Amino acid sequence: MAVIAEPVAAQVKRSSLWTRAFESRNFLGAMFMVPAIAILILFLAYPLALGFWLGMTDTKIGGVGRFIGFQNFVSLSKDSVFWLSVFNTIFYTVFASIVKFAIGLYLALLLNERLPFKSMVRAIVLLPFVVPTVLSAIAFWWIYDSQFSIISWVLIKAGILTHYIDFLGDPWNARWSVVLANIWRGVPFVAITLLAGLQTISPSLYEAANLDGATNMQRFRHITLPMLSPIIAVVMTFSVLMTFTDFQLIYTITRGGPINATHLMATLSFQRAITGGNLGEGAAISNAMIPFLVAAILLSFFGLQRSRWQQGGRD
Amino acid sequence: MSSVQIRDVRKSFGNFEVLHGVSIPIEDGQFVVLVGPSGCGKSTLLRMLAGLENITSGTISIGDRVVNNVQPKERDIAMVFQNYALYPHMTVGENMGFSLKLRNAGSDEINKRVKRAAEILALTPLLERYPRQLSGGQRQRVAMGRAIVRDPQVFLFDEPLSNLDAKLRVAMRTEIKELHQRLKTTTVYVTHDQIEAMTMADKIVVMHDGIVEQMGTPLELYDKPENQFVAGFIGSPAMNFLKGHIRVNGVATFEGPNGVKLPLKTAPAASDGKPVVYGVRPEHFTIADDGADAEIVVVEPTGSETQVFAKVGGEQVVAVFRERHQFNPGDKVKLKPDPNVVHLFDEATGKRL
Repeated sequence: MAVIAEPVAAQVKRSSLWTRAFESRNFLGAMFMVPAIAILILFLAYPLALGFWLGMTDTKIGGVGRFIGFQNFVSLSKDSVFWLSVFNTIFYTVFASIVKFAIGLYLALLLNERLPFKSMVRAIVLLPFVVPTVLSAIAFWWIYDSQFSIISWVLIKAGILTHYIDFLGDPWNARWSVVLANIWRGVPFVAITLLAGLQTISPSLYEAANLDGATNMQRFRHITLPMLSPIIAVVMTFSVLMTFTDFQLIYTITRGGPINATHLMATLSFQRAITGGNLGEGAAISNAMIPFLVAAILLSFFGLQRSRWQQGGRD
Repeated sequence: MSSVQIRDVRKSFGNFEVLHGVSIPIEDGQFVVLVGPSGCGKSTLLRMLAGLENITSGTISIGDRVVNNVQPKERDIAMVFQNYALYPHMTVGENMGFSLKLRNAGSDEINKRVKRAAEILALTPLLERYPRQLSGGQRQRVAMGRAIVRDPQVFLFDEPLSNLDAKLRVAMRTEIKELHQRLKTTTVYVTHDQIEAMTMADKIVVMHDGIVEQMGTPLELYDKPENQFVAGFIGSPAMNFLKGHIRVNGVATFEGPNGVKLPLKTAPAASDGKPVVYGVRPEHFTIADDGADAEIVVVEPTGSETQVFAKVGGEQVVAVFRERHQFNPGDKVKLKPDPNVVHLFDEATGKRL
């Protein structure tokens, strides 16, 4: 044994700094993290920091901006279009999210029951999610068209209306129209995720509740809802974030019109920065979204964080 | 408390019939154990009794009421599930009081009854805990607490001990039996473990492939199994079976494999030459000079007794001795079954002769 051990020991002594570094757990761990960190810095941290910086400058396309502190924000605070976009974004997010949740939960509960053609119905529910957003937005654009709208056409043929509805020409019509398009688009995500959550609830809990004397409504109230609450928290956080930052639907259907009535903060930011060329101002609008998003995340984090019953083991 | 009558109950899933006409009378206050190998239909029967499965035909009555079309919640029964089915988002106390809350009982009433059940089951210090914070045995007791809080007509247990370790299982077995002796509520208990059945039951129902093989007290089933299935299922180590023929030549004997001769007390009438299965329980072997030749294969001492595996006429049998013989593998011994307690079964039908 000693004869064999000796050359090995000698080899270790001779090994270079490089080899020894690769044998160290800490160094190796750091090395493995390098790609991930590089990607995060390059594509996440750098653009975010650049966005912060741009928001503090008066950069225009083709020009080098200079640092102007919070002037962009000061001017935005006096900008009625900006405040209108804030209102629109909150309106859009609140209504679309609530309705998406309600319909999504309803569909999930329905799909969790024994249904004929269940897998087919599930596939159909997923369809709006599969269609590229811009394509579905263009479809809605036609549905809401002032001359060719199928909704108006059907209602007139049915004798309910006498003239075409101006879906996208009237501010409130337009707001509700884009909210509806967003709901159509977002329901599958909510429904399928909640369905996955429902399927993790053990059927024996329902059987036990049944024997304990619970009605259908009581089973929903006392079993389904509390058991589903962690999934609901995650789904609704995602849903709110995605709705708040929505761009594609609005930009394709209304481009923010009529008279800025459907401009969201994201579309206004794009319009000011790219179309209008004021990169600094556009970045400032984007930055103004951050407090809202952080608030939404914190709300779901604190309001719906893992309840005590989910944390096992500890007293 | 109530009696339960199960009359000619059948159950089909689609075209596949899993219960083929089962009738079981259960007296008020009785502890009945449904036992059988997996797939015999015992759990299905229990779920039908609970109202969680439809009854294809036949009737089930609780007390004087036929409950075929009665909703589970109106049957006044409580069930302990195999996985306990505790509500994870409720504390132990809330779990136990849930059924009372649904019945709009006042909070004083709920507290009183939960407290009483908790005292019976030694759960008082755990009332504020969540199911996740409990051990398997504690969860098991909460599940039972949830059942006894309601003071139902019938308790149903669906393999309640199968998720516990061996030692705890024995302890809980005693606890459940003690609980039944205290509350005297009619109980139907499903298990695949024949020892649980033997130790707990007033009446055992052995089920196999959707039919009842035999019903009776534990010792009736042990001493007089009606067929080879029950004989082999009840008892551990299982009964030894040897195939052969009856020879009546002045005295009745059994001629087993390779001409081995084993004693019989009496032979059934006109049975000379009849092909039969000779059944002998491991503890009914003795070492005797007039026994059959046997060669010892394996010796397994358990302390209180010794299990000896041996070849008799080329077939392996197991014998259990409480006295401490010095056996070694390869030893030749003479094993003699006690002819007073051997069992004979018809080879074709498996029925007791």
